[in-house]
Amino acid sequence: MRSNNTPILGGRPHAFTPILDAANQVILGKPTEVRLAAACLLAGGHLLIEDLPGLGKTTLAHTLARLLGLQFARVQFTADLLPADITGVSIFDREHGGFRFIPGPVFSQLLLADEINRATPKTQSALLEAMEEGQVSIEGESRTLPSPFFVIATQNPADQIGTFPLPESQLDRFLMRIELGYPDRDAERALLAAGSRRQASDQLSSLLAPEQLPQLQAEVAAVHVSPALIDYVQALIEATRNHAGFRHGLSPRAGLALLSAARAWAWLTGRDMVLPDDVQAVFGPVARHRLHGAQGGKLAGRAEIDALLAGVAIP
Amino acid sequence: MKSSQPDPLSREQTPWLFAAAVVTTLPHTLQQPWWLSAFGALLFAWAFLLWREDRRLPGRWILLALVVAGVAAILADFRTLFGREAGVATLVLFMAMKLLELRSRRDATVIVMLGYFLLLTHYFHSQDIPTGLWLLFALWVVTAALVRLQAATMPPRENLVQAGSLLAQALPFMLVLYLLFPRINGPLWGLPADAFTGQTGLSDSMAPGNIANLVRSGEIAFRVRFDEVPPARQQLYWRGPVLENFDGRIWRQATRPASPERIEELGPRIAYEMTLEAHGQRWLLALDAPVALPADAKLDGRLAALAPRPVDKRQRLRLSSSPAYRLNTAESPLSLSDNLRLPANGNPQTRELARNWQAQANGPAEVIARALRHFREESFHYTLQPPLLGRDGIDDFLFRTRRGFCEHYAAAFVVLMRNAGIPARVVTGYQGGEMNPRDGYLVVRQSEAHAWAEVWLEKRGWVRVDPTAAVAPERIERGIVDALPAGEPLPAFLMRHGDWLRDLRHRWEALNNAWNQHILGYDTQRQRDLLSRLGFEVDWRQLIIALGLACAIVLALVTAWSLRQRIRPAPEIRLWHRAQRRIGIHCAPGETPLAFAARLRAADPALAARFDPVVRHFLLARYAPDNPTSLAALAAAVNRLPRRRIA
Repeated sequence: MRSNNTPILGGRPHAFTPILDAANQVILGKPTEVRLAAACLLAGGHLLIEDLPGLGKTTLAHTLARLLGLQFARVQFTADLLPADITGVSIFDREHGGFRFIPGPVFSQLLLADEINRATPKTQSALLEAMEEGQVSIEGESRTLPSPFFVIATQNPADQIGTFPLPESQLDRFLMRIELGYPDRDAERALLAAGSRRQASDQLSSLLAPEQLPQLQAEVAAVHVSPALIDYVQALIEATRNHAGFRHGLSPRAGLALLSAARAWAWLTGRDMVLPDDVQAVFGPVARHRLHGAQGGKLAGRAEIDALLAGVAIP
Repeated sequence: MKSSQPDPLSREQTPWLFAAAVVTTLPHTLQQPWWLSAFGALLFAWAFLLWREDRRLPGRWILLALVVAGVAAILADFRTLFGREAGVATLVLFMAMKLLELRSRRDATVIVMLGYFLLLTHYFHSQDIPTGLWLLFALWVVTAALVRLQAATMPPRENLVQAGSLLAQALPFMLVLYLLFPRINGPLWGLPADAFTGQTGLSDSMAPGNIANLVRSGEIAFRVRFDEVPPARQQLYWRGPVLENFDGRIWRQATRPASPERIEELGPRIAYEMTLEAHGQRWLLALDAPVALPADAKLDGRLAALAPRPVDKRQRLRLSSSPAYRLNTAESPLSLSDNLRLPANGNPQTRELARNWQAQANGPAEVIARALRHFREESFHYTLQPPLLGRDGIDDFLFRTRRGFCEHYAAAFVVLMRNAGIPARVVTGYQGGEMNPRDGYLVVRQSEAHAWAEVWLEKRGWVRVDPTAAVAPERIERGIVDALPAGEPLPAFLMRHGDWLRDLRHRWEALNNAWNQHILGYDTQRQRDLLSRLGFEVDWRQLIIALGLACAIVLALVTAWSLRQRIRPAPEIRLWHRAQRRIGIHCAPGETPLAFAARLRAADPALAARFDPVVRHFLLARYAPDNPTSLAALAAAVNRLPRRRIA
């Protein structure tokens, strides 16, 4: 699992191998997080990156967009951002004598919603609805979003000043939530020496043809899940529901999210079947933002998740 | 020929039904007429071809014609459709024909049910071990066919395994029923009148050649286990019917009403247990002279023990005999005159010879000695293939052919004695037996059939005289193989075999005997003995209650076991645990196999290198799409692991 030179199973190279390598050239010292982000996109889910400013959240989103050849848009969320600033507006066109729709940034394949918790809940929910439905309704008319459609949202931790924390129901819309954290010593040194990473990511070119991503997503969805593995996922979900430290357990939707994320992780490992290792690898990112401590409103901690994984026997 | 069948049979199910039909009918080919076997094989081949070519089954009129022809043939051969032979033949015929009518599940069910019934009919012919094994196998195949009807696409192996598992679950019930079901003396239902034909044994009359024919049979007549030391071979005269009436050729039992014997015992009794094979007659073949009989048996007035009804199935008897005895020193005049009577005409030379001896001799004892000396000193031969005798058979034998088997000598001797005025009669039975060193049972076969003579002397009563002993003393001392001259064509089973072959035969017969004694011979008495040894004294009413209780307990146990099976870990998990036990290092509850492998690699790279294949095959078996070979590969990898090191 973590560092296996000769994998016992899998290890087959796949279309994402060069993409991950290239991304790791830009985002230094964060291979696991890069891989989780890739898994999230492959599973067709949206990604929430949460960390302090300046740790490379935006760079990660930008890098993935470049490498995957996705049409990219970026919205900086602020307290005065309106829903229409995201979805688009209809304006009166004098020449044609009618209203013309100007699509907002949401009509792109990869939308980077920077610092989503700085916007008001009204604006947040406009985006989240678009994420869920794959379409937006503007002035009574439904407009379909492009496909594929990913949202990578970043947010500062909620204890920063001037933020509107996302409510639980909206957190659930994100397949994964990851934290980047500080780079380790070597990576930081390399980063300091090489200068800004944003420029490096601007120079990347696409490694994937536009029609390839949906095919790969279909491959990921076909990764085999055996009954024994479903038993394990069930055992994990039940453990969160019976856990005294959590206010609520995981929902069935969370269970499905866990499986599809595990499939993507297995595929990225070069396997055509899901192992408990894959479930464990994605369990934290998938489950943590869906679990809340019993006392306060804080999300489940990394240590609690690790203890849970260690305590649930693999059937 | 309905156009649409309600519940059609799939192509994959038919071969199983063919197999069920074949295994249930095949042993009957040994018993039934050849034409029926040929007809059945033809029908089967036809049905098989139609199945292979995926062609239409024959129409109703063809089937009807076949039924009429088959039934007519059975009627022509057996003159009936019922009874043992004809009934079984009819069922076999219908089984073969049903294969041509396999359209719906209903037809298939008929095959399976008929198959189960046909299994039972094999016990008419034989209840020995090979039959039992074959029927067990056939039961398995028929049950597999039944399973097949429910699951047409199951892999054949799993099909057989499931049928086996069904039967295995029935096994405890079988044992309980076998041990506790009240045993009834006599059959549960009436068997057809011809159910017991074909049994060999002594008959109630004797003509020259009868016994010689019987001797050719290697069948076992009875087995005996002596309570103490077995008597000497020369004393082993097993007494059957006593023949007193002679018409010049055939000896028959007297019709005169019997008066009870008066036996004086002159020595200690010998107690023994006899397991008598069915022979269709009433006599019990007790050792001369029987003095204690089973409660319902009696003596026939001539010292032959009789059962109350013909011995139609194997019986176990407790008997005691007194080899030294004196019988009827005061015999009724009627009996004595009967035993002096001869046909008015015929055998003149014999009459003259006997009268000469009588005139010369001083009393009966001397006449007897003279006669025996005659047999011994003149050139008489003991043979299984005596020449044919003419109208005056005794004359022919004594003066012309001089070659004969025991019945010739016994008959000639008795005729000589009667001519010399000494009451005499023929006794038939068995002489000798073979001790099986494997189980200590004395085995007496039809080949030990024998005839000897008895004469009545003043003060001494009936005295046994065996003229065969004068001609061929080896017959009495060592057995028939030694007595027959070299070059005599012997039946194969009597041939002298190498020691290992003899030992093999002894083992096989001991096994058969154990089967007879303990499995087939488990009767009311044994059942009661067994239960009382366990501390229960029960009558049949309590037995039924016990049976119900035992069945309930077994049902509970079987259910518990199968529930446990359901929650029992899958085979790959059991192998995975075994692998961990074997290396003595265990995977933590939340530790994935790959994490475990990594931990192992850090701790002991050499062991990890051998453990990695186990991890790989375990993961494949458990998490990969179904692959029938992965379990075997996992088992092989686990077996290659080194044994646990003592840390």
